Amino acid sequence: MISSKQVVKVGIAQLDIVKSPDTIRTSGLGSCVGVVLYDETKRIAGLVHVMLPDSSLGKTSTLNVAKFADTGIEALINKLKSEGVQPFRLKAKIAGGAQMFQFTTDKDTMRIGPRNVEAVKLELKKYGIPLVAEDTGGNSGRTIEFNPDTSKLNIRTVNQGVCDI
Amino acid sequence: MKITSLHLDILKEIGNIGAAHAATSLSNLLGRKIDMRVPNVNMVSFTEMMELAGGSETVVVGIYLRIEGDVEGSMFFILPIGQANRFIKRLIHDETFDFSNNPVSELGLSATQELGNILSGSYLSALSDFTRLKLYPTVPGLAVDMFGAIISSGLVEISQVSDHVIVINTSIFEDDYGDSEEVQGHFFLLPDPESFETIFKALGVV
Repeated sequence: MISSKQVVKVGIAQLDIVKSPDTIRTSGLGSCVGVVLYDETKRIAGLVHVMLPDSSLGKTSTLNVAKFADTGIEALINKLKSEGVQPFRLKAKIAGGAQMFQFTTDKDTMRIGPRNVEAVKLELKKYGIPLVAEDTGGNSGRTIEFNPDTSKLNIRTVNQGVCDI
Repeated sequence: MKITSLHLDILKEIGNIGAAHAATSLSNLLGRKIDMRVPNVNMVSFTEMMELAGGSETVVVGIYLRIEGDVEGSMFFILPIGQANRFIKRLIHDETFDFSNNPVSELGLSATQELGNILSGSYLSALSDFTRLKLYPTVPGLAVDMFGAIISSGLVEISQVSDHVIVINTSIFEDDYGDSEEVQGHFFLLPDPESFETIFKALGVV
C-alpha cells in the first residue's frame, strides 16, 4: 500500500489536528506560541498558534478562539476529544514566545512573548496536562513541526539550526 | 467605520508620498537610482499578511518601529538578505559584509539601524507634513529573522480588536537589479484600527 505523508499547515491564530503518519507544522513563530497537545498511544496531535495570552484582551464582536491561549487550548482539547482522545492522556510540548525586538517603550504589548508563555502554562496546569518539553523565550523566530509517530517536536531557527525536543 | 474606495485611495496616496521621500533619501545615501512601485493597500487576514514579502519562513532583514502621537501604528522596512547586503556593503565601504556571517559585523548592523532610522524618518515626516498630524516614531529595532516572526510583532495591537489588518505596502528597488521579489524592499505601514479615522479627518474626509 502506498501511503503519502501530508504536512498539515497551521497559520497564525489557527488550530488543527493531525493523525499519524501525517505531521503538523506552523512557521514563523515570533512572540506567538505554538502549543502541541498529543496522545502518544493513539498517535493523534493538535497544534494551536496562539497570538495573545487572554481572550479578555479581545475587543471584537466575533471571537476567533484560536487567537488566545485560554480559548485556543480549550478549543483544541475539545477538538481532540471529538476524535475520541481521552483528555487525561494528553501531553504538551510548546515553543515560541520570543521577544523579536528590544524596545524602550512602556507598552505592555512589547512583552507579549513571555506573557503568552506564562498564559499557556497556566492553562495547561488548569487542565492537568503535563508539559513534557519547551523551547521558549529568546529573540529568535521558530518554525515547528510535530510528528505524532515519534512525539518529537522539530524546531528550526535561523541562527541556532535545527533541534528536536 | 466603513472603508470606502475613496479611503483606500487616500491610504495609497499616503504610501506614495511616504515611500517616494524614503526612496529619495535612500538614493542620496547610496548614490544610486532607486525606483518604487505603485502602492498596494489591502485588507488582509493575519495569515495572508504572513505570506507577503516571500512568505513567513523567508529570512529577511527587518526594521520595526512603533508610531506614537496623533496616529498610532506599526511600521516595517523589510529587505531581502541579498539586497540588504548590497546596500550595507556600499554604505560602509566593506565588500566582505554579509548578514549571513556569524557574527554579523557590528558596524554593518549599526549602519542598518541607521538606514532604517533615516528611511522611516523620511517616510513619516512626509506623512506628517501631508496630514499635519503629529507622528513620533520610536527608535527602530532591527532583526534578521523569519518574516513571519518579525511581522507578527506589529500585529499584537491590531489583533486585540480585529482579525484583519489594513496594510499600506510600498516597494522600492534599485534600478540596476530590476524589481523582482528577491530584490524589493518593502515598507509596511500598519495603522492601529482607531487611527484610521484620525487620518481621514485630518485630510477632510469622513
